[in-house]
Amino acid sequence: MNATPAMPAVAGDEKRWRLVEAVMRRCGFRGDALIETLHAVQETYGYIDETSMRRVAAALNLPLSKVYGVATFYHFFHLKPQGRHTCVVCLGTACYIKGADAILQRLRERFGIAAGETTPDKHLSVMTARCVGSCGLAPAVVLDQQTLGHVGPEDVVHHIEELPS
Amino acid sequence: MTPEALQQVAKAEKDAIARQPQRIGVCTAAGCLSCKSGEVLKNLQTALERRPDIPYRAAGVGCMGLCAHGPLVSVEPDGLLYQDVKPNDVPALVESLATKPLAEKRCDTTAPFFIRQTKVVLDKFDVIQPERLESYLAAGGYTALMDCVTRRTPAEILDEVKRSGLRGRGGGGYPTGLKWETVAKANGARKYVICNADEGDPGAFMDRSVLECAPHRVLEGMAIAGLAIGATAGYIYVRAEYPLAIARLKLAIRQAEKFGLIGDHICGSAFSFKVEIRLGAGAFVCGEETALIASIEGRRGQPRPRPPYPAERGLWGFPTLINNVETFANISAIITRSADWFASMGTATSKGTKVFALAGRIQNTGLIEVPMGISLREIIYDMGGGAPGGHSVKAVQTGGPSGGCIPADQFDLSVDYESLKKLGSIMGSGGMIVMDETSSMVDVARFFMEFCKSESCGKCVPCRVGTTQLHHLLEQVRERRASRADLARIESLCDMVRTTSLCGLGQTAPNPLLSTLKFFRHEYEELLVDNHAEAPR
Repeated sequence: MNATPAMPAVAGDEKRWRLVEAVMRRCGFRGDALIETLHAVQETYGYIDETSMRRVAAALNLPLSKVYGVATFYHFFHLKPQGRHTCVVCLGTACYIKGADAILQRLRERFGIAAGETTPDKHLSVMTARCVGSCGLAPAVVLDQQTLGHVGPEDVVHHIEELPS
Repeated sequence: MTPEALQQVAKAEKDAIARQPQRIGVCTAAGCLSCKSGEVLKNLQTALERRPDIPYRAAGVGCMGLCAHGPLVSVEPDGLLYQDVKPNDVPALVESLATKPLAEKRCDTTAPFFIRQTKVVLDKFDVIQPERLESYLAAGGYTALMDCVTRRTPAEILDEVKRSGLRGRGGGGYPTGLKWETVAKANGARKYVICNADEGDPGAFMDRSVLECAPHRVLEGMAIAGLAIGATAGYIYVRAEYPLAIARLKLAIRQAEKFGLIGDHICGSAFSFKVEIRLGAGAFVCGEETALIASIEGRRGQPRPRPPYPAERGLWGFPTLINNVETFANISAIITRSADWFASMGTATSKGTKVFALAGRIQNTGLIEVPMGISLREIIYDMGGGAPGGHSVKAVQTGGPSGGCIPADQFDLSVDYESLKKLGSIMGSGGMIVMDETSSMVDVARFFMEFCKSESCGKCVPCRVGTTQLHHLLEQVRERRASRADLARIESLCDMVRTTSLCGLGQTAPNPLLSTLKFFRHEYEELLVDNHAEAPR
């Protein structure tokens, strides 16, 4: 893990941490609640940082290595902060056949970031998904939790440009 | 609640429908919702409130199948289906209720897409309101569970499921009754039921639709399984990418608990069965039984060698039954309508129906449920309408990253477990991605190999290294830098990965590559640097 301490996402933020704690309590602070807990951390803070992992490890009585191992195994967990807006480009088979890579390429041209990256001003993160299950609407993107179907590269750019800053 | 009290609830709901037969159903599954069907529903309800002269009432219902033309809106008892209904079409639609049907939005429900379907799993999706248990009860829901709890012994339930000939709908096609019987016979202080709702195959969205539109049907199937095998707890392992399905499942579990259909003493009997949700976190390998169990236990989703099978040693070491969403969704119909009825559909070895998700280069994208044994030609051309824009269908991909590509000249093939396997593909969970002449099969093979490479859990070497090497070689082919020797290397590597990998992910990873090599070898050869040479160096 990074030698420099990560930004303490939870410093002075005990109120939000209680949401995470509630999930752990519901599962009786058992070790098998790890994945549920990491979901709660990500939902609360937007990502999972080192501080959170240490606190989860302590609360569930697990080695930090196990928490880190699980957090990095699953693609759904982010270890870095996301932008204020997220655009998930579906790379499922149907979307791929219908030109999802052209959307990614256009986003790279327009916003200067590739999949998995965030703009320097933290406005936008571009991500990819294995399949969002909207194959009937391919190609699809999920912009701030909202699925947009039958979109071309220009439509996606247009939708993103209309987002509030 | 007692069965009598539940029947009262069902009757009250049915009476309400009889008093108010003029009903408008708006699809509220994720596909139509993302085309603003939620707004359509809201506008309809507001507009109808302002028009007391029009007796219709609007409600959100489940998926009506033709996702290509969503949002879909049904009008009963007129039997009308409207397609591509946008929020600003609502005034015209409301007006039409008092006058004559809106011709330009009519969807032809006599088209093969609709009439060739046989609905068991998707039955009554067009009337069941997904967020109301009463609505599922009125549609005949939970009668199978009540019947099992009050009148049948576990042995009788097992016998019924066995005789139905139902096979696992997640891809493997293992006989469901046999699996249930193994877990029922296994020794264990506790037993578990797991519903695999980690629909990982890209291009498949059947399970998502079932969870979103009839979550109670899945819960009912799980509870019946619990009764049959002697389990008292169940888990639904659902992917985090399906937020709507998760929300509706959570709601359904709460409702079912309130009505005494899940939890302690179901329907006042001695049988107790609890259900909890566990969220997946984006790992395809967790579709594999032992990896899924590891994930529920809060660990990295890595498979372990079998045997012992989960039926003997599963979750926390106890006998565990794992079935897929669609398998569980078939159970209530088998119980209420009998095993013989179910077995009368399909082929000699593949009974019942199968839900398929049609996507890719095809006119009618959406969900269909057809009897096993139907030909691919009927599905792709008659029901699906072929490729759009004057293109011609080249192949269909079934079974996701574990399946293969079937070329158009093989479309007379009967869709059943054995026939698909014979052609180097698999039934899979039910995704069918249609490709036209613009799709490069080498690129499709590379796409799936990239998928498997990235999703390999890394535990066993053949899969971890083999898929990486195969992906690298496929990149070389695509960039016209590979030779005949490389193609031969690809084939021997495929064989190694297939025969020596630990779990299904690795064992089937070469399938898309091998099947495209089998049917579209010329596409590979055209890209080789020594294509015109007589023999490899």
